[in-house]
Amino acid sequence: MTDTAFTIPAFMLALPEIWLLTAACAVLLADLFIPDARRALTLWLSVAVILVTAGLVVIGFPDASTTTFEGMFIHDPMSAVLKVGMLVIAAFALLCSRAYLADRGLLKGEYFTLALFSVLGMMVMISAGSFLTVYLGLELLSLSLYAMVALDRDSPIAAEAAMKYFVLGAIASGLLLYGMSLLYGVTGSLDLATVSAAVADGQIARAPLMLALAFVVVGLTFKLGAVPFHMWVPDVYHGAPTSVTLFIGSAPKIAAFALLMRMLVDGLESLHADWQQLLIILSVLSLAIGNIVAIAQTNIKRMLAYSTISHVGFLLLGVLAGTAAGYSASMFYALVYALMAAGGFAMVLLLSRQGFEGDRLDDFRGLNERSPWFAFVMLILMASMAGLPPTVGFFAKVEVLAAVVDVELVWLAVVAVAFSIVGAYYYLRVIKLMYFDQAEDTHALAVGPEFKVALSANGLAVLGLGLFPGLLLGLCAAVFL
Amino acid sequence: MIGLSHYLVLSGVLFSIAVAGIFLNRKNVIVLLMCIELMLLAVNTNFIAFSAFLHDLSGQVFVFFILTVAAAEAAIGLAILVVLFRNRASINVEDMGDMKG
Repeated sequence: MTDTAFTIPAFMLALPEIWLLTAACAVLLADLFIPDARRALTLWLSVAVILVTAGLVVIGFPDASTTTFEGMFIHDPMSAVLKVGMLVIAAFALLCSRAYLADRGLLKGEYFTLALFSVLGMMVMISAGSFLTVYLGLELLSLSLYAMVALDRDSPIAAEAAMKYFVLGAIASGLLLYGMSLLYGVTGSLDLATVSAAVADGQIARAPLMLALAFVVVGLTFKLGAVPFHMWVPDVYHGAPTSVTLFIGSAPKIAAFALLMRMLVDGLESLHADWQQLLIILSVLSLAIGNIVAIAQTNIKRMLAYSTISHVGFLLLGVLAGTAAGYSASMFYALVYALMAAGGFAMVLLLSRQGFEGDRLDDFRGLNERSPWFAFVMLILMASMAGLPPTVGFFAKVEVLAAVVDVELVWLAVVAVAFSIVGAYYYLRVIKLMYFDQAEDTHALAVGPEFKVALSANGLAVLGLGLFPGLLLGLCAAVFL
Repeated sequence: MIGLSHYLVLSGVLFSIAVAGIFLNRKNVIVLLMCIELMLLAVNTNFIAFSAFLHDLSGQVFVFFILTVAAAEAAIGLAILVVLFRNRASINVEDMGDMKG
């Protein structure tokens, strides 16, 4: 920094974040005065806070990219779209969790405060313009999530999942930081735009740059859960309380996509040829391992975890194409995937009741007899994850594949299609269980009205966006013009 | 004369010890937490060495943030460890294999 003059940053650009931080602290305090019997009030407050934040993001929707706080905070259309998507899905995740948490004695203020702070972490990450904000956003998100996984203190598998998540997450942060420190050393700046300019300049020796790039890519893909850094995903999804799995498995994927874009595209776009090679390997491995291992699962949370890994493979395809069309396709994929995953895990919550998790595939047997409507919602979600038209998952896959074909990686598109056919098997198996098998369990579904509305809206959104994909696709394409 | 490369080698060695410790350790979860701290300290060494070498303060500022986050991280890690121990009466890494598949 050569100029010593202090300019007051444009606080208004970060208004949603400032509001969320203030409101999260207020909820933390207000929760102290709410009696245990009326704890659901904290849930409603948290959902309201998140929705107001989303409203503020929409009101302040930017026309062009601007930065504030000395370039640390980026206010651009991509961040605004991702934030709105992430906030809506986070609100959905909280809305669905009331009955599940109450049945297990977990309906506590901590849960919602941690969720609000992790949402703040994601917002900072999405708008990050420097290594410092990338790191702080990421850690605020991760630390909150570790604690949420461990919140069910009497569950041995939750404790084990939290420990695995913590250790592997900390390794990922360490690797990412080591890469950042090397980049700082060779470029002399923490600011992503300055780093990008310095790298593009071509004055820097290749060896340290490649070393830094390798660390950064490994750190990022650890967080995303791409093979071979995926070991934590199935265990964490399986061990965590289902409402936490719903939270972890949905909104953070949007933030992870933003992280990938900020670090690799905003920061290191001139090394595209190098990171493309790395991402191709990671993507093919994720598609293969994710789809094949998912077939062998009997627990639906583990199955959806492996399906996440394969979807991450798809997400990487668009980013590695390195074109505006590729980025917008991946962005669309991230938003759509978060929506579908949220719905999928909410279905597991639907089947759960006091003393019963409902997370085995067999628990879906004969769901059509118990609730034709929710069996239909699950049908839409599974068809969308498998990529069948007319659901939105089809368009997400088509866009990503088109972007890959455009950069003449046809073989990669063929591999991706082949593995999604393998993947269709385990999604369709769930549909078969629901419609053609006898129900083993005939308990009535015990969920609140807000859950039914939210889950129905989710299913209809997956179908509606599939019938009219132009709106969201256009939005994602306009962001990268 | 101690130059930049000495610091970088030191931090590289520390980082390698930390990673090796995490993957070779089969005994105790507390050792894992110590390795994670060592990893972050290696990163801090790197940042401070570069910061001094480049005459740029932002690297040292970053180190303060890393130290603070590392403290929070250690608190959460130890809290999870307590929960784990209450549930299993063991903090052996090899006992953590209830979930498979």
